[in-house]
Amino acid sequence: MTDTPLLEVRGLNKSFGPVQVLRDVDFSAYAGQVTALVGDNGAGKSTLVKCLGGIYSIDSGEYLFDGKPVSVHGPRDAAALGVEIVYQDLALCDNLDIVQNMFLGREIKSGIVLDDITMEQKAAETLAGLSVRTVKSVRQHVSSLSGGQRQTVAIAKAVLWNNRLVVLDEPTAALGVAQTAQVLELVRRLADNGLAVVLISHNMNDVFAVADRIAALFLGQMCAQVSASDVTHAQVVELITAGRSGDLGLRQNGATV
Amino acid sequence: MTVSTVPPEEKVSGGQAPTLGLYVRTYLAKVRGGDMGALPAILGLVVLTIIFSAARPVFFSAANFANLLSQGAAITVIAMGLVFVLLLGEIDLSAGFASGVCAAVLATLLTTHGFPWYVAILGAILTGVVIGVVIGLLVAKIGIPSFVVTLAAFLAFQGAVLLLIKGGTIIAVDDPTIKKINFDGRFTPLQGWILYGITIAALAALQLWKRASRARRGLAVEPMSVVTLRVGGVAALMGIGVYVLNLERGRNILFSQKGVPMVVLLIGILLVVWTFVLGRTAYGRHLYAVGGNKEAARRAGINVDGIRISVFVVCSAMAAVGGIIAASRQASVDPNTGGSNVLLYAVGAAVIGGTSLFGGKGRVLDAVLGGAVVAVIENGMGLMQYSAGQKFIVTGVVLLAAAGIDALSRRRAASAGLR
Repeated sequence: MTDTPLLEVRGLNKSFGPVQVLRDVDFSAYAGQVTALVGDNGAGKSTLVKCLGGIYSIDSGEYLFDGKPVSVHGPRDAAALGVEIVYQDLALCDNLDIVQNMFLGREIKSGIVLDDITMEQKAAETLAGLSVRTVKSVRQHVSSLSGGQRQTVAIAKAVLWNNRLVVLDEPTAALGVAQTAQVLELVRRLADNGLAVVLISHNMNDVFAVADRIAALFLGQMCAQVSASDVTHAQVVELITAGRSGDLGLRQNGATV
Repeated sequence: MTVSTVPPEEKVSGGQAPTLGLYVRTYLAKVRGGDMGALPAILGLVVLTIIFSAARPVFFSAANFANLLSQGAAITVIAMGLVFVLLLGEIDLSAGFASGVCAAVLATLLTTHGFPWYVAILGAILTGVVIGVVIGLLVAKIGIPSFVVTLAAFLAFQGAVLLLIKGGTIIAVDDPTIKKINFDGRFTPLQGWILYGITIAALAALQLWKRASRARRGLAVEPMSVVTLRVGGVAALMGIGVYVLNLERGRNILFSQKGVPMVVLLIGILLVVWTFVLGRTAYGRHLYAVGGNKEAARRAGINVDGIRISVFVVCSAMAAVGGIIAASRQASVDPNTGGSNVLLYAVGAAVIGGTSLFGGKGRVLDAVLGGAVVAVIENGMGLMQYSAGQKFIVTGVVLLAAAGIDALSRRRAASAGLR
């Protein structure tokens, strides 16, 4: 954990009119690691993620990628860096099959004709590379997939484009026990393949199952960024609900330790 | 994190070849799950043909078969355009009268102004494109529901037809080229067979080429038996069609009437072109995506508004082609061209063929199959000497039944977890 983080933001501020949603937030994500972003509703997780993805512009603060300062002014800038966000409400089309969804908007063509064969091959390779064994055929329509399989496709879509940082917004929120396990396994594999993964979750079991590092937001401030092995369940819950836990977290005056 | 709930047979498609039996089973499962595709249209065609042939033997004659084709041609072409609009879950209620306006433009250019046929056809199609752009802009940019925009256009176009042909007169269209389209244009029996041969050879070559290039890349391929059955089935059906159309159907030996009507080739070309556009181009893929999940399409960087405008352009341009075919068949244009039940028949054709009113599901072929069903109903009821009132009621019921099947199969698909 000594090397430079793939993505780092320093002193990030973001306001919507008079409401300051993010206050001097520092956040970093490392290649090959799963960073869990936790916090209560309204703590600013989604806002932070949208700032990372270029959907919201930041008011002030530094955005470093690969240790170099970059300016991200829109989703395209973030995509160009290799930052992909997989949203909770999956952006998949039910009436298309897995291949068509994975390449939607970025179809491979030869001339004006779609090169379906190459796309099918690449999609199958990507899924195989992630050791996905839960889909029967890449030509299945998404409408026939289970929630976990859909989540898998959405994540695989993010991987397909050689992204370097994948943000997953509550990927297990709507899933059953077995499917949650499958998706978490996939999340772990993404990191093992060298990607930086940011996992937003409310579920402490999920967080401790896969995360290497935990970043806790409390009322728009980053109260702790710690290694998952250094903290307990109870400490993280305290950080989420009170912003501090023993030596960790915000001081009474609001400064970070 | 071990996962032990994965059924053992599931795997990413590799090089294993599915068998014919698997194909049949998959198809049956799809039908049971509510995805009936073209099945209702084909069953309807068979049942209706049997009923009408039993009641009126003349229905099952070569002359009536040719008549059926030319009767259904305009509606089929308009329905092809409607498939595009329906794919987005929108509707174009003005398509019928749009075809009337374009036919009136054609007739006015030809007869009143004396332009050559190609200028008239270009003018008619251009009119359709302009109509489509206006409707599309109103729907996509201003945000008026397509139902309302096209309902307003429905009335306005009715007026436009009246104005164009000066209050209810009939304009004759006797340009020989225009009349060839759907009045007296026929291929000789030999030409018919040559076209048939080219079509089947192209179909077989395409299927085999696709299969071979998939096999070369190590992807799962269809079993040869499925390809053979598909090509053989199409070859047999089309062969019977060409044979019947090549029979002598003129009552007077001096006026020989045999051969495939030229409008069949026109419909065939339109079918191939639009099927290619929907299935094999990025535009077609994006169209399905917008119809399936507009938000997902937007996030994938697809120009949703552009797609929405484009479908109305395609629909109105196809309505123009339909109007030209109708004008050719009547050899004239009157205030009722494209009016009365043309729109309902066209929507009915698309829906009966299997295109969903809820968007995201449909093929251009649906319009052809559904158009055949609609033509058979209209033609058969005419032979049975039903009154106009009875015909309207029956057609209304058929359209309702098709929409009902669509809604029910959608519900069924939802409960089967397919949607």
